[in-house]
Amino acid sequence: MEFNPIQYEELEQLLTDIYKRYGYDFSEYSKASLQRRIHRLFTLDKFPSFAEFRYRLQTDAQYFRRFVEEITVNVTEMLRDPSFYRTLRTTILPVLATYPFIRIWHAGCATGEEVYSMAILLKEAGLLHKSLLYGTDINPLVIEKARKGIFPVSQMQKYSENYIQSGGVRDFSSYYTANYHLAKFDSSLTRRMIFSTHNLVSDFSFNEFQLILCRNVLIYFERDLQSKVFKLFDYSLENFGYLALGSKESMRFSSIAGRYKQVGKEKIWRKTHEAG
Amino acid sequence: MKPDRLLLIGGSAGSLQVMFSLLTAVGNDFPLPVLVILHRNSAFDSSLEELFFSRTALMTKEVEEKELPAMGTVYLCPADYHVLVESDHSFSLDYSERVHFSRPSIDVTFKSAADVYGAGTIAVLLSGGNADGADGLAYVKERGGVTVVQDPRTAEVSYMPQQAISRMQPDHILPAEDISVFIRGLATYK
Repeated sequence: MEFNPIQYEELEQLLTDIYKRYGYDFSEYSKASLQRRIHRLFTLDKFPSFAEFRYRLQTDAQYFRRFVEEITVNVTEMLRDPSFYRTLRTTILPVLATYPFIRIWHAGCATGEEVYSMAILLKEAGLLHKSLLYGTDINPLVIEKARKGIFPVSQMQKYSENYIQSGGVRDFSSYYTANYHLAKFDSSLTRRMIFSTHNLVSDFSFNEFQLILCRNVLIYFERDLQSKVFKLFDYSLENFGYLALGSKESMRFSSIAGRYKQVGKEKIWRKTHEAG
Repeated sequence: MKPDRLLLIGGSAGSLQVMFSLLTAVGNDFPLPVLVILHRNSAFDSSLEELFFSRTALMTKEVEEKELPAMGTVYLCPADYHVLVESDHSFSLDYSERVHFSRPSIDVTFKSAADVYGAGTIAVLLSGGNADGADGLAYVKERGGVTVVQDPRTAEVSYMPQQAISRMQPDHILPAEDISVFIRGLATYK
């Protein structure tokens, strides 16, 4: 059994290097998870020492790309937490329907499964034609995958169950074409999506939205970074817009909480007034 | 004051009754925080919490992200999240890949806790049907922590404790009743 080869001080050193060389700031990420991911990569790529790992990151931009891809968590699924999607269907979409044009931002969307889930909901509510879905992530590789809309066929049974639990009444398989082990989602869904890289730590607001979803991203950030990101969302959200978080995340501790009201039991908050 | 010891109890199939008996055995003035890592099906989520509430005098709650552990409180890992321990002792949640088909994974939490608590880590592994927990226990031991495995002969499902014993040498291999005695002992022994 080997000890975690990267100590806390070394981690800090590594993050400083990366910030100086590449401009990516991971210093306010939760350290336990970051350390675990870095340790995993270090072991996977068989580095003999921390010094060599550090040197490689300093000198090899390609390897840094791999670093970003591997240390960020990209686990997601379609219609994750079906009751959440049921609330979107029954409570949120009817309100969004009153807008002439709907803009939705999935921040930290990974491979895009939740963006496709939202597009399906919008389509079934007859709103997709007047909606635009923005999917962003820090990791360029997952954004590439999201754009393609191709997911493993092996997941479809689970997704179909989620779909039914979320209140879906159509045949879920009508949304994709299966080819061997892959399922390609309908281009009528993809047409309303825009995918791009965006770093929540350093990039600015790029539009105004009626709904922002950021699920299971904030758990990887320390409190100070969480509040910065909440401010970014607040700034990017129209008045009376909605912010949706992961099932174990809360905006309770943020400075903007006073101007938001939780919708039912789900992790969805509605902006009640703008900053004074 | 920040607790300098953490009691971890990991279990899977067949461990729930033992967990209840362990938690009933400890008094409500137990001087350590307790973190329970139980493989669970998210569909039965809420009922599990209620069961724990009704079975122990200790304060029982689900782990919230960034929460600081308090003594005498039992924390349950939420379904579908790994629980990690930060250097300031706060818990953090992680939605990364399953380990041994499990999230929460016992290995993940045991290792992360041992990185922070070192010799103050007390890890107990109970009944279960997969190999999760064995690596974590070995890691706890390397870090100077105390490791306890339920005697496989007394476990409803012996595979998990058996795996641990075949991979490492736990400090104690005990039947369930004796684990209760051991845990009560933690309250007096430092």
